[in-house]
Amino acid sequence: MDFDTNLDMASATPVIAAPRRSLPPELAGLLAITALAATGYVLFPDDLAFLTRLIGIALLVLSLDLVTGYCGVATLGHAAIFGVSAYAAGNACIAGITDPVALLAVGMVTGVLSGLASGALITRFRGLPQLVISIALGQLVGALSNKLSFLTGGSDGLSGIAPGKVFGRFAFDMYSRTAYVFSAVVLGIVFVLLIRFVRSPFGLLCRGIKDDSLRAQMIGAAIYPRLVIMYGVAGAVAGVGGALTAITTGVVGLDGVGFERSAEALVMLVLGGAGNLWGALAGAVLFQIFEHIVSATNPFHWLTMVGLLLILIVVFVPKGLSHGAWLVWRKLRSRGEPS
Amino acid sequence: MRTILSIGVDAIAYGMVLFTISIGLSIMMGLMRVVNLAHGAFAMIGGYLASYALRFMGVNYAVAILLAVVGTIVISIPFEMLLYRRIYRKSDALTQLLLTIGITFFIIGVVNFIFGPTLKSIPLPALLSGPLDIGFRMVPTHRVFVIACGGITALALWLVLDRTEFGVRLRAAVDDSDMAESLGIRTETLYFATFALAVGLAAFGGVIGAELLPVEPFYALRYMVTFLVVVSVGGAGSIAGALSASLLLGLADTTGKYLAPEYGEFFFYLAVILIVSLFPNGLLGRAH
Repeated sequence: MDFDTNLDMASATPVIAAPRRSLPPELAGLLAITALAATGYVLFPDDLAFLTRLIGIALLVLSLDLVTGYCGVATLGHAAIFGVSAYAAGNACIAGITDPVALLAVGMVTGVLSGLASGALITRFRGLPQLVISIALGQLVGALSNKLSFLTGGSDGLSGIAPGKVFGRFAFDMYSRTAYVFSAVVLGIVFVLLIRFVRSPFGLLCRGIKDDSLRAQMIGAAIYPRLVIMYGVAGAVAGVGGALTAITTGVVGLDGVGFERSAEALVMLVLGGAGNLWGALAGAVLFQIFEHIVSATNPFHWLTMVGLLLILIVVFVPKGLSHGAWLVWRKLRSRGEPS
Repeated sequence: MRTILSIGVDAIAYGMVLFTISIGLSIMMGLMRVVNLAHGAFAMIGGYLASYALRFMGVNYAVAILLAVVGTIVISIPFEMLLYRRIYRKSDALTQLLLTIGITFFIIGVVNFIFGPTLKSIPLPALLSGPLDIGFRMVPTHRVFVIACGGITALALWLVLDRTEFGVRLRAAVDDSDMAESLGIRTETLYFATFALAVGLAAFGGVIGAELLPVEPFYALRYMVTFLVVVSVGGAGSIAGALSASLLLGLADTTGKYLAPEYGEFFFYLAVILIVSLFPNGLLGRAH
């Protein structure tokens, strides 16, 4: 382990999450999402479609955080779960299940199943084989989605997804207002549940496995089944994200499953700080807003800047922006105190 | 019969290109334990430099290859000194992934800013562009040239690693870098030399393989995974492993594309999953 293990411990405790010690982290999460969502709605009423997409991807990044940040599984194929669930929800909608909540459930179940299946294969290995298997699985799904065009629409994408009203009352409108509120509510619920989940004994054990798997084994934890279950949970989150994207955008494209999407999600996660749900959320939001603004001018400048940003992050704040912010915050606070 | 032969020639040629580019990555991973996703980016720089040299400076093919290799090594030196050195051997996989993905994005952005976002052709000399009679059939001369280049690279590398002082030091450092260092081997210099060798081979492979892996703006991203997969299947640090993996995967991919083109790279990655599941350390690799 490296020298600042105690810093690690500090970032692991929810102190970083809650602005005040008296506030339970679940409530802090709910408040933060509500505030963020309201800000987005008020400040950018013309960009709601983009913000809705952003929320779908944020769910993917949160899901990736569960396996990469909390379990230490290096994967570059996570978007496959997201994509498969999006296709499942899309097909269910075309087949006649138009209730958005039911579609989310379809996505979630698909996500759990594909998460368990891919987790069972990926977590059997460590290091390079693990990484390569995850990439290969992602590429396999990508190639299949291209081939099975009766299910996926091939390279044209699956279109014609027209979900019904939410709870039979709120129809999706062309300004994406319903879609945005619906997505924000889903994100809020998932985020609060996840904050609870990662602090459960199961979540803490997963973190223990990541930090020292040998030791976890010594105290009697069966590692492999736990990682697979964690993959299932992550699959549920990614599945909800995929279904949400399918419902709110009405199309599912091949780009949703590909390697680029997986790599991008990993970049967002590490940018914000892996092993921390707040970091994942912050990374997803900041990265996509930044991308939205810059890539509109020139995609190659965008790549140069992301590349440079990544290099700087790895060199100067290897634990992500949220950890960097936490360090600065602690420094500022300790300045006033003696000791 | 006809199809089998053309699949065979194409598969071997494709495999040799994969080998020439990936072997540098394999040696780097065996020695420095770096998962370098930017390896393809250096092959891409080589391709761009060769294309520029051939089309605008009017040099001949051999000189262009030389320029590309030397140029790419020179360009890569600052990356080695400022960035790669930090992640040799000690970093965790995630840090390495992120840093090298960052380098890849950066190189793609800069290269396209300088050369423009179009496909770059690398015109072949007349000597290599026609068909070649190999007794019972005509095959494209370029394919034969690529296969020969791959073979010579494998042989030369084997000689270097097995017969020279450099090779002895390198193998010692792979086996036990701390012990090698305490015996007076300057591992930092060794790492630098290995990095330069790896990047040079990548550039060389990028230029000669341009007919099969066209040099285009997203080259580094498109083949990033392919090269990593070859190394993983072959086993890091093994020449024979990388060679057999390249040929095997070249065969899987080419056969798949000939016989079932609509499946894309499905068979390639199916083969990868099977092989890596059965041999987690690669076909001929060792456990670290």
